[in-house]
Amino acid sequence: MFVDASKTTPRSIRLALCLLLFSAAAAAVPEIQHWTTPRGGRVYFVPTEGLPLVDIRLVFDAGSARDGEKFGLANLTSGMLDTGAGDWDADAIARRLENVGALLGTGAGRDSAYLTLRSLTHPDKLATALETAGMVLAHPRFDAKDFNREQNRALLAIKQLGEDPGEIAEIAFMKSLYADHPYAHPTEGLQETVEKLTREDLVDFHKRAYTVRNGIIVIVGQVQRADAERMAERLLADLPDGEALPALPEPAPRAGTETVGTKFPSEQTHVYAGLLGMKINDPDYFPLYVGNHILGGSGLVSRIMEEVREKRGYAYNAYSYFVPMRVTGPFEIGLQTKNAQTGEALRVAIETVQDFIDRGPTDKELDAAKNNIMGGFVLRLDSNQKLTAEVASIAFFDRPLDYLNTFTRKVQAVTREDVMRAFKARVDTGKLLTILVGGGAT
Amino acid sequence: MLLRGLRLLLLAAPWPTLAAEPQVREFRLDNGLKLLVQEDHRAPAVVSQVWYKVGAGNEHGGLTGLSHMLEHMMFKGTRKHPPGEFSRIIAANGGRENAFTGQDYTAYFQTLEKSRLPVSFELEADRMRNLKLIEAEFVKEHQVVLEERRLRTDDQPRARMQEHFEAVAFTDSPYRNPVVGWPDDVAGLTLDDLKQWYTRWYAPNNATLVVVGDVDPAEVFKLAKKFFGPLKPSVLPPIKPQGEVEQLGLRRLTVKVPAKLPNLLMGYKTPSLKTAPNETEAYALEVAAGILDGGNSARFSSRLVRGQQIAATAGAGYDLYTRRSNLFTLEGTPVQGKSLPELESALLEEIRRLRDEPVPVEELQRVKAQVLASHVYQLDSMFYQAMQLGTAETVGLDWKKIQEYVEQVNAVTAEQVRAAARKYLVDDHLTIAYLEPLPLPEGAPAPAEIANGGGHVR
Repeated sequence: MFVDASKTTPRSIRLALCLLLFSAAAAAVPEIQHWTTPRGGRVYFVPTEGLPLVDIRLVFDAGSARDGEKFGLANLTSGMLDTGAGDWDADAIARRLENVGALLGTGAGRDSAYLTLRSLTHPDKLATALETAGMVLAHPRFDAKDFNREQNRALLAIKQLGEDPGEIAEIAFMKSLYADHPYAHPTEGLQETVEKLTREDLVDFHKRAYTVRNGIIVIVGQVQRADAERMAERLLADLPDGEALPALPEPAPRAGTETVGTKFPSEQTHVYAGLLGMKINDPDYFPLYVGNHILGGSGLVSRIMEEVREKRGYAYNAYSYFVPMRVTGPFEIGLQTKNAQTGEALRVAIETVQDFIDRGPTDKELDAAKNNIMGGFVLRLDSNQKLTAEVASIAFFDRPLDYLNTFTRKVQAVTREDVMRAFKARVDTGKLLTILVGGGAT
Repeated sequence: MLLRGLRLLLLAAPWPTLAAEPQVREFRLDNGLKLLVQEDHRAPAVVSQVWYKVGAGNEHGGLTGLSHMLEHMMFKGTRKHPPGEFSRIIAANGGRENAFTGQDYTAYFQTLEKSRLPVSFELEADRMRNLKLIEAEFVKEHQVVLEERRLRTDDQPRARMQEHFEAVAFTDSPYRNPVVGWPDDVAGLTLDDLKQWYTRWYAPNNATLVVVGDVDPAEVFKLAKKFFGPLKPSVLPPIKPQGEVEQLGLRRLTVKVPAKLPNLLMGYKTPSLKTAPNETEAYALEVAAGILDGGNSARFSSRLVRGQQIAATAGAGYDLYTRRSNLFTLEGTPVQGKSLPELESALLEEIRRLRDEPVPVEELQRVKAQVLASHVYQLDSMFYQAMQLGTAETVGLDWKKIQEYVEQVNAVTAEQVRAAARKYLVDDHLTIAYLEPLPLPEGAPAPAEIANGGGHVR
């Protein structure tokens, strides 16, 4: 295939040269090149050096939030892409890729579905990998025999979730928190909904959601700009133009507090407590992110870990986090503890959160958190793979292209007052949804 | 519609098939500490790992879980730094850190912006010799470790099965014991046990320091001398041989635990690269695992998951880099309507094929192509590079073995795979475990509206 590069309209966004003093960390931020293909395909490219490999990630607004009533549809569609495409069955696809050492992956979450391709840059190998990935992306067969097999495997995977108290708790938490919202159901779907899926459902979903205008493509690796342009064209060539799917609704906050317990024959009880938190591109993103880093997001040195684990030995793992999503994602406090200790451990965790809301972080804590986040910023970008994931998140969620460049500055700007105001506005411990699964659930 | 595409026209540029093999520099301090440095200048970051040659495999009677418990206490204060300060200092320097314990090693790591390497060295050198094991801290951390065991083993059906499986497969090898330790042993550990263990094994001459990142090896050596140089070496006890007696026939066990799905786990006694009478055999076993489970085109996916549709999942595993002889494992979950014995027969049939039929050239080439590519991909992770070097060195192999890997795998022939399968993948040296699920509740939550203003829940 010959691709005419002149048809593309490269608008390389040179990130504005900033005259502020950057730390060494910020100086390492790579430039993201961005352009839109004539058919509306949004491409994000970062050339890297040192290793003869390239990582490609296509992300579509084709996650389980787009399932409608057919819970599990997005997940099964994604899982079936490489089980047959064009003239090739699953074996042929796998052999083509593995003969050249390429790695192809697909998956779905609530907000998105992705296809990743990792290949050597050797031209023959890369060409085979791209041709195969392009076929898988645009011409999946969803053959009946493959469909039956994959549907059965998906049903078993769902069944297996039921042997893990942590999974049961997570599913129950999202279900109660989101009620009728498309985030409420697990990405895997439910036994009763996956059973009812048909191959026509998948064909239809693929046609609607895997389109040029409903996704983005990220290329990071040791290739030239012109190569990247051709690679993007090639991968998108056979996809329909389509349209971006309509925006998701905002979830409605729940009223009041609720505790739901499920008895389970485990040694520990898994606890999730939380409420609606924030979305990506939230105006309070940085105060909430930095604040939660102190409260429960920084592992061993966070307040919740200090109170629950370090001071009392109640749990191996205890945390809080915001999950920023396209529309408002959850804020969760979580821990697991021996059954008899459940109430006490939960009390300590909630009191720690309440104290943080009431009195905020100390200046020392705030400085320590900023130092950790800013000083560790380079570690988020220190491999081709991590860089690909960061760029994909920026691209898919329409974050500003200079997101990485301004990140540390925005962290630095967060004040104690910002954190307190944002937490008071978002986290009300009087409205927590609490899920308990284990022998300690009542 | 088919893509009409052939080759993309790529701009001229050199296209090496392989990345240049990274340079590793080896140094040794006068006190016996070994230092390995690998340069990676792609990002201004550095990984630093300290590997101790002690792990669960050194433990004995009633003291299982000791190495892991000590790993936890290594964050609980030295004469210079109070409990928890280690983690706070690393965090304040933008670092990430943790530790892990295995059968053959206990390792500690930090990932940092490159200028912060001295912070890591100062703290690691300090706790290598100056740990202050405090009773009050031990009491709490003991509970944390018991919670860790509940979380990762007791409440995980497959982890419990694995634990029982290893206890049956091995007779006298220390690999029969779980790294986290048996429940009674862990509960019975004392501060005194930890003190003795620490004194015996934590010394510069029993450790390897691995640094990978945007660094200059000579500078790292200077830094290492400054911080680790003053530490006194120990007289190390000789490691007891603790081999494994020959298995004299097939072993079977059943693990009945509350679970939703059955599972099958099988393991053949095999040598590691360290214990193989001939290293080629170990590489041949590595290739055999790739033939069975090296990707979606490999035999398990192609034949068992898709072709016969007998397995919902199926996998094979072999680890080259262990101090003692280990297991070549097979694992799987049958699809609905198929039984564990049926899946067992299907897996055994695949082993029989390895023994009886030479692997076709095309399959062999595919495994090698993947090994070659994944070698390049692995260079993308500094942490993984450090892991490889640290593991090889700590299990008693030279780190240079890591750099020989691609070449050695490439040299394996179909006949060598068959010979290794015939020699090692034999029924008399096999252990088979069935996980038979006991019923679980259906998981329908019983909604209980409780006003929990302060979070009180009984």
